[in-house]
Amino acid sequence: MIGGLFIYNHKGEVLISRVYRDDIGRNAVDAFRVNVIHARQQVRSPVTNIARTSFFHVKRSNIWLAAVTKQNVNAAMVFEFLYKMCDVMAAYFGKISEENIKNNFVLIYELLDEILDFGYPQNSETGALKTFITQQGIKSQHQTKEEQSQITSQVTGQIGWRREGIKYRRNELFLDVLESVNLLMSPQGQVLSAHVSGRVVMKSYLSGMPECKFGMNDKIVIEKQGKGTADETSKRRPSAPARSGKQSIAIDDCTFHQCVRLSKFDSERSISFIPPDGEFELMRYRTTKDIILPFRVIPLVREVGRTKLEVKVVIKSNFKPSLLAQKIEVRIPTPLNTSGVQVICMKGKAKYKASENAIVWKIKRMAGMKESQISAEIELLPTNDKKKWARPPISMNFEVPFAPSGLKVRYLKVFEPKLNYSDHDVIKWVRYIGRSGIYETRC
Amino acid sequence: MTDSKYFTTTKKGEIFELKAELNSDKKEKKKEAVKKVIASMTVGKDVSALFPDVVNCMQTDNLELKKLVYLYLMNYAKSQPDMAIMAVNTFVKDCEDPNPLIRALAVRTMGCIRVDKITEYLCEPLRKCLKDEDPYVRKTAAVCVAKLHDINAQLVEDQGFLDTLKDLISDSNPMVVANAVAALSEIAESHPSSNLLDLNPQSINKLLTALNECTEWGQIFILDCLANYTPKDDREAQSICERVTPRLSHANSAVVLSAVKVLMKFMEMLSKDLDYYGTLLKKLAPPLVTLLSAEPELQYVALRNINLIVQKRPEILKHEMKVFFVKYNDPIYVKLEKLDIMIRLASQANIAQVLAELKEYATEVDVDFVRKAVRAIGRCAIKVEQSAERCVSTLLDLIQTKVNYVVQEAIVVIKDIFRKYPNKYESVIATLCENLDSLDEPEARAAMIWIVGEYAERIDNADELLESFLEGFHDESTQVQLQLLTAIVKLFLKKPTETQELVQQVLSLATQDSDNPDLRDRGYIYWRLLSTDPVAAKEVVLAEKPLISEETDLIEPTLLDELICYIGTLASVYHKPPSAFVEGGRGVVHKSLPPRTASSESTESPETAPAGAPSSEQPDVIPTQGDLLGDLLNLDLGPPVSGPPLATSSVQMGAVDLLGGGLDSLIGGPNFVAPPAAAVPANLGASMGSGLSDLFDLTSGVGTLSGSYVAPKAVWLPAMKAKGLEISGTFTRQVGSISMDLQLTNKALQVMTDFAIQFNRNSFGLAPAAPLQVHAPLSPNQTVEISLPLNTVGSVMKMEPLNNLQVAVKNNIDVFYFSTLYPLHILFVEDGKMDRQMFLATWKDIPNENEAQFQIRDCPLNAEAVSSRLQSSNIFTVAKRNVEGQDMLYQSLKLTNGIWVLAELRIQPSNPSFTLSLKCRAPEVSQHVYQAYETILKN
Repeated sequence: MIGGLFIYNHKGEVLISRVYRDDIGRNAVDAFRVNVIHARQQVRSPVTNIARTSFFHVKRSNIWLAAVTKQNVNAAMVFEFLYKMCDVMAAYFGKISEENIKNNFVLIYELLDEILDFGYPQNSETGALKTFITQQGIKSQHQTKEEQSQITSQVTGQIGWRREGIKYRRNELFLDVLESVNLLMSPQGQVLSAHVSGRVVMKSYLSGMPECKFGMNDKIVIEKQGKGTADETSKRRPSAPARSGKQSIAIDDCTFHQCVRLSKFDSERSISFIPPDGEFELMRYRTTKDIILPFRVIPLVREVGRTKLEVKVVIKSNFKPSLLAQKIEVRIPTPLNTSGVQVICMKGKAKYKASENAIVWKIKRMAGMKESQISAEIELLPTNDKKKWARPPISMNFEVPFAPSGLKVRYLKVFEPKLNYSDHDVIKWVRYIGRSGIYETRC
Repeated sequence: MTDSKYFTTTKKGEIFELKAELNSDKKEKKKEAVKKVIASMTVGKDVSALFPDVVNCMQTDNLELKKLVYLYLMNYAKSQPDMAIMAVNTFVKDCEDPNPLIRALAVRTMGCIRVDKITEYLCEPLRKCLKDEDPYVRKTAAVCVAKLHDINAQLVEDQGFLDTLKDLISDSNPMVVANAVAALSEIAESHPSSNLLDLNPQSINKLLTALNECTEWGQIFILDCLANYTPKDDREAQSICERVTPRLSHANSAVVLSAVKVLMKFMEMLSKDLDYYGTLLKKLAPPLVTLLSAEPELQYVALRNINLIVQKRPEILKHEMKVFFVKYNDPIYVKLEKLDIMIRLASQANIAQVLAELKEYATEVDVDFVRKAVRAIGRCAIKVEQSAERCVSTLLDLIQTKVNYVVQEAIVVIKDIFRKYPNKYESVIATLCENLDSLDEPEARAAMIWIVGEYAERIDNADELLESFLEGFHDESTQVQLQLLTAIVKLFLKKPTETQELVQQVLSLATQDSDNPDLRDRGYIYWRLLSTDPVAAKEVVLAEKPLISEETDLIEPTLLDELICYIGTLASVYHKPPSAFVEGGRGVVHKSLPPRTASSESTESPETAPAGAPSSEQPDVIPTQGDLLGDLLNLDLGPPVSGPPLATSSVQMGAVDLLGGGLDSLIGGPNFVAPPAAAVPANLGASMGSGLSDLFDLTSGVGTLSGSYVAPKAVWLPAMKAKGLEISGTFTRQVGSISMDLQLTNKALQVMTDFAIQFNRNSFGLAPAAPLQVHAPLSPNQTVEISLPLNTVGSVMKMEPLNNLQVAVKNNIDVFYFSTLYPLHILFVEDGKMDRQMFLATWKDIPNENEAQFQIRDCPLNAEAVSSRLQSSNIFTVAKRNVEGQDMLYQSLKLTNGIWVLAELRIQPSNPSFTLSLKCRAPEVSQHVYQAYETILKN
């Protein structure tokens, strides 16, 4: 299991050092600093073995978190734990920075003591932790016996992510379907790979221990049910569907928050759960079939002699004309030996950014079924560098108000048998946002 | 107020100031001081001098302060054991506190204080806490047992904590169950034999129930524990798989990977014809792909594991090539791993896409990545024949870029392509020769020299090219020197007239001016060959080379199987067994996949038993350049100097294998000496007693204890073939241990020392259990007798004939090879007696075409004598019947690899000829079993 956990700043100074196992000595702290943080070469692996000691590290801005062990631990678990540790810290004091860590080092030690016992990760749900690890420090004498046992039963219980007795005057929930659409296209316009990775994020402000059931246009469910269930969608806020003809989508794979009953999903493919209070990620999914690619990028690069490049890029929007894409940004890489750039674009603003070796073209808004164009002349300094310019792909960023996968929320039902509110009293909001992930076209 | 001020630098006399503050009456001031102490401790300052003052702050009702003091205690108690005792009272008191959080905190901290005196006081509070009414306290106490065990294992056993811990597996709270499982698994690891976890269908059921309810971490503990269980039959395996598959949708990647591990392992037991098997295969692909959208560090772990999964079961991901395409912004470690998997998944169907991608990658910036991409193109050519031409032209394009490292890498892989497709692409040699000057890496130079030598007759100026290398001969690396030597000899044999001077030059450089024994030896071999019999030299040096095939860097099947059992863990990330990087005894227990179809005894032929499909087709291995002797034997000489004539491919395997790790491994490096008894899989129980019989061997010389028949020693290696070393020997089996009795005679005029022995892979995995120990140097005309204990946990490869064993013996003079046949009865294990019912069922179950009949002639024994004689060689009589005056003996025996052989022996009182019918699921052993019967009955 995890033998120790260290946090360093960018210089390699230790900010937090907690050792759980006897086989990890103080020299481990230095070994990591010397061999990884101060290493001349770029990091070649997130797992490093130094003198039979294994170091797992992740970096958040310029802070290094390293877990150390001498045993054959579950490596995936260690990384998951490190991420979780980052989440927990962020939930307590915001951004993970040297200053914040120093300001909260007592708290961090307290957390590390709680969520890692002898190197074994324990309950690390912030909802539960915040009930008894607070920045003020709880005064044990102020707690009633009931409060105490409520805390312990939540921390160890089956529903470790929610406490009992939550009350809201207005029961409300928000569902965000956030998708990131990824594309790799060849210069000729052939889709080399495309997939959508989506997340359903839920914010719930519900009283009691509500039992929820979530439904979407999953092909398997729709086909199973057949016809006659269309009226279930009546409750949904009319959101902007991208394509109305499509009824259901094929989900390649999905994963769920630990509150979802996986065995039920496996057997009936229904998604039922008791949600944590506040915001959480209900599910992640991935689709690869019938993806709506919101934009198409058509590049044209011509080398004019050895000292000049002509670049023309056309972007076409491919969705309903009534919808608006926002925050569009096209990034056209330029060679390292660029000396000057002239740009002409039809829409938006374009600028050559020498420090980033790219022309950045920004458009605030663009409706569907439109196209726009940029052309640039790039002057090059003559070099005798034999190596060809690697021609990195042209990448794009954007945001569109629909789900490129075609996913639609059909219902989210809430049952709370013990309290006197029903599914109809809950105010529900659904929103779809599609963003670009790695959206690249080779040129 | 922030805490960062505690980190500010300190001045002299700080300790004194702190001391004063710690003893202050004001609570706030005290707390501030303790915080300062902890901050100093974090940055590595020694604040142990404050021990008594800090401990004095422990008595407080402020939980935050208490936790800080505990943190200090955990760090320094070990250095101040006497003073740590001062804290005990508070701990014991806290363990009685009404607040469960405080009780848990006390027991948690106490376990972390590794001072013997304190652990004594820990027992009572721990016992109470294990039975506490509050689950939070119980789950903390469960982990504390593991802590205590780490400090004092004996104490934990004596106090009966292990039983309490076992009881906690049935606790009503899932988190308590999970922590108990974690603690027990850890303790069990340090007692591999203790069967502590005692997994049975009932406890498994409890674990599976808890699995649905506990935290993500708890699920990982439970799944990792489940993976150690071996279901009793395929039905149980399936039902566990069904309950584990929902975990594949968990958001936590570690839960997913641990579930994959359980499924991959148990799948081994399912029959491939089963519908469920296909369903399961389909279910595995999507979650594996989803892992690739996790954070890069987890992607890396996932990719390393997918690399193993793809080798074990390529069918799972064969349609998912595209997800492994490299993204521009992937970290380099993800890129390299993706590339590896792409090659493994490359097939005729997707090769066009793959090649287009690889070409793209070859223009990237990162040198390592580009090199690997170029190499990958070559591997595609070798793997998918249809693509070879396109690959070669892509490589030529890349050579035209003149980027130094691209060119070198391309030349290395083109050499391999030549070896795979001879006489097809040699037209490119001219282009290669143009780039001769730019090659500065040994591997590329060696490859180029090999090409020049191999195709000397087609290159007009081959002699000039090689001569140009010769100038700086002594500055070259060994691999280039060896290659140059061989190439020039080849050139000489092809164009003797013009190159005599050149060959003499290189031979003298290699034999007279070099300190490198390998180079010198090779030089001498060539020299002698050329001077004694040029025709033979030609045959040997220019012999047809075996084609190379398939992939170069597959993980060895037995290791792969072991690694599959470690999916998700560090071992799977390093692609090494835990023993390679874990110190001491922990976690070094070998794991192996369960045998298929456990419901009807594991009776599979050796080539399919351990590893399933892939192990049956041993891929030919392209020897790496560093493999000096292997290289010599493979590339340049046809069959090895000594040794039996064998199929070429197995010669290649043999040579590489025997000498794989360099000669050092012959001396018994840690990777070669077979692991101790703990490593022996249960079904090989026979070899468990080997240590014991060693003792017998020492005390009583040739033990006569119920041993099986021992053939007289035969000469295996005549002196004339081995520079004066004569080896004769035989095999024995006694009380469950196999040994090889050797007699070494020195018939040379010089003293022999430094003996070592190694076996090639063989059908039953026979391997030396200890290094060959010849205590004193063997002087001329002296003879020693040695008994070399053997085990059967070595690498398995089917030999022809089945009982063939190839042996390499080394001494200070040279390495010698010989092969011998071992009698099969040394592999008959002691628990080979089947019960009657089972015998009947199995006999019926084995198809009739697997039955073989033999005649044993001229055997004067009666049924009783036959039965008892066979029994001493572990052939057991299950039943006896008299039918019409004939005696029918029904017998069973089991081989070390778990193969059962059933026999029916018909004895007629009047006729000295017996009829033997053998039935076995692996019919190829029948012939050898018959021979064993013959030998046993007739001697």
